[in-house]
Amino acid sequence: MNTNALSNSLAGLELGNPTALASGILGYSPESLQRIAEVGAGAVVTKSVGLNPRMGYPNPTVVQVNCGIINAMGLPNPGIAEYASEISFTKTVITVPLIVSVYGYSAEEYAEVAKTAAKAGADAVELNVSCPHVKETGSEIGQNPKLLTQVVREVKAATSKPVIVKLSPNVTDIVELARAATKAGADALTAVNTVRAIAIDAETALPVLSNTRGGLSGPAIKPIALRAVYDIYEQVDTSIFGCGGITTWQDAVEFLLAGASAVQIGTAIATRNPTVFKAVNRGVTAYLKKKKFRSVKEIVGQAHRS
Amino acid sequence: MSDKLTAANTMRTTHIESVKTENPTTKTYTFTDKQCAKAKPGQFLMLWIPTIDEIPLSIMNTEDNTVSVTVKALGDATRHLHQMKKSDIVGVRGPFGNSFTETNGKVLLVGGGTGTAPLLYLAKQLAVTTKRLSFIMGAKTRKELLFLNQLEPLCTEPPTSTTEDGTYGLKCLATQPLEQLLAEKGKTKIDVVYACGPERMIREVFNLTEKYHVHMEASLERLMRCGIGLCGSCVIGKYRVCKDGPVFNSAQLREVKDELGISKLGFDGNRIPV
Repeated sequence: MNTNALSNSLAGLELGNPTALASGILGYSPESLQRIAEVGAGAVVTKSVGLNPRMGYPNPTVVQVNCGIINAMGLPNPGIAEYASEISFTKTVITVPLIVSVYGYSAEEYAEVAKTAAKAGADAVELNVSCPHVKETGSEIGQNPKLLTQVVREVKAATSKPVIVKLSPNVTDIVELARAATKAGADALTAVNTVRAIAIDAETALPVLSNTRGGLSGPAIKPIALRAVYDIYEQVDTSIFGCGGITTWQDAVEFLLAGASAVQIGTAIATRNPTVFKAVNRGVTAYLKKKKFRSVKEIVGQAHRS
Repeated sequence: MSDKLTAANTMRTTHIESVKTENPTTKTYTFTDKQCAKAKPGQFLMLWIPTIDEIPLSIMNTEDNTVSVTVKALGDATRHLHQMKKSDIVGVRGPFGNSFTETNGKVLLVGGGTGTAPLLYLAKQLAVTTKRLSFIMGAKTRKELLFLNQLEPLCTEPPTSTTEDGTYGLKCLATQPLEQLLAEKGKTKIDVVYACGPERMIREVFNLTEKYHVHMEASLERLMRCGIGLCGSCVIGKYRVCKDGPVFNSAQLREVKDELGISKLGFDGNRIPV
C-alpha cells in the first residue's frame, strides 16, 4: 500500500491514512487503542473523559434498530486524574496520533480536563460538546453558539495542543455552530456525533434503553453526516473529521469528496470487525489509483467543484 | 451492516416458558428463541429484564427452539429475575461470542458454582466424540453443586465433587484434585482442560495446566454493556471478552496473565480487583 498517497494532515496532526477510531468505541484501555492502531487506524480518539469518574447508565445501554445502533452509555469514565496515566502509557505503545475526547459541565472543567490530558501526552483533544444523552454537558453546549465559543476559548487558552470540536447533528443549522467553534479558535471540527433517537419495544410497551433516549449511529445516519460535512466545507474555512455511519471505503471516499480531510469509524467495528480500517484504506488506495489521483489531499472537497 | 450481527443483535421479546429451581440460590429459565437455540457451547446471550437491567448469561442448554440459562441470585438484576415466573416477558439478544473448541481426545472439565452450566452443555457434545471425559465440580456447599445427575452419565468416570465446607465430596477447592489428574501420564493423559467459574479458580487452573503443559480453554466473565465489541467495557488485555471471547485458550490467557484472576474494569472504566 502506498502510504504516502493516503497520508493527510488535520489540525496539525500528521495522519498516515485518513481513518481514525471514533470516540466512544473501545478506547478505555491502552491495549485496546494499541490494537486499533495496529490494525490500521491513522489516529485514535479515546472515550470521553471528564473531571470526575462516572459510572454511566444501567443496561440496556445499546439497542439495535434498522441500519443502526442507538446507545446511551452515559459517559462512563474513570475521571481525568485516574485516566492521565493511561494516556501516558498509551503514548508509549502507539505511534499514531492520540486524541483524547473531553467533556465537562462548564468551560472551566473542559479546560482543566484538556490541560491534564495534554500534559499526560495527548496529541490533541476533541471536545465532546454533543453527547445527546447526558444533561448539562454535551448537546446543551454544542447547540448554543455562545456557550460553545466560551468553551472553545477557555480550552484554547489552557493548552497549546490542537483542539478539535465534535459537533452535534441535533441542531437547526450546523454551519452556525461550526463557524462559532472555528472563530473561537478550534483547529478542526468533527462532524457529526450521534443523532438523538429512541427505541420502543411493542411487546412490553416500554422504551428499551434505561435512559429512554440515546444517540443513533451507523449507516442510518451516513447521509445526514455527509450533508453536514458538505455544508461546513462549503461555508467555513476549517479542517473536518467526517464521522457518522462510515462502514465501507466508498463511504470514506464520499466523505473526503464532501470535504473531510479524514474520517472516524465507530459502529462499523462491531459490524465489520477492527479490520474495517485496513479494508477502507485498501479501497481508498485503489480508488485513488483508478481515478489517477496521487494523494488523498487531491480529493478532499472534490464534490464541490461544479 | 453484516446480516449475521444484525440478526443476532436485534432484541427479541419472548415469554418465559419454564422456571426450574436448581437449589436455594439458583434457577434455570427456559424460553423460546430460534436464534439462541442454535448457540454453540460457550456462547452467551444478553437478557433484558424490562425496566431493571440487561445482563450477559452463558447458555446452559438448547433444545428445538428453546434456550436455557442458569442464574444465581447475586445482584439487583438476578434477584429481580428470580421473582419472575412462567409467561413473564424478557428480551433476548444473541447468541454472542465464540465457543469452546470441540475435540475427540481426552478432556477434563472444571466447573465452579454456576460456571458448571455452560460446561454441562459442552459435555453433552463432547460425550459423543471424546475418549475420556472427566469432570471436577466445585461449590461452596453441597446444595450449590449443580447438575450432578445430568453430568454423571456423560462422563467416562464418576465426576469429582468438591465443597469448601466439606458437606459433599472432597473438602477443598476444585483445583486440588485437578493437579492429580493433570499429573497422569501415558494413555490416560489429559489433552484439553475446559474451565468455567470464578476467575480466581480459572487462574489457578491456568497455572496448573501451564505447569503440566496441558492445553486449556476458559470462559471468562466481565462487566458487559453492548455485547457486540463496541463499548470496551469488557476488555482484558487487547481482547474484548464479548466478541473475541468469552472463550480463551492457553496462548491467549498467557497474553493476559497480568489481569487474569487479578483485575478487571469497573462501571467507570477504572481497574478494580477481580
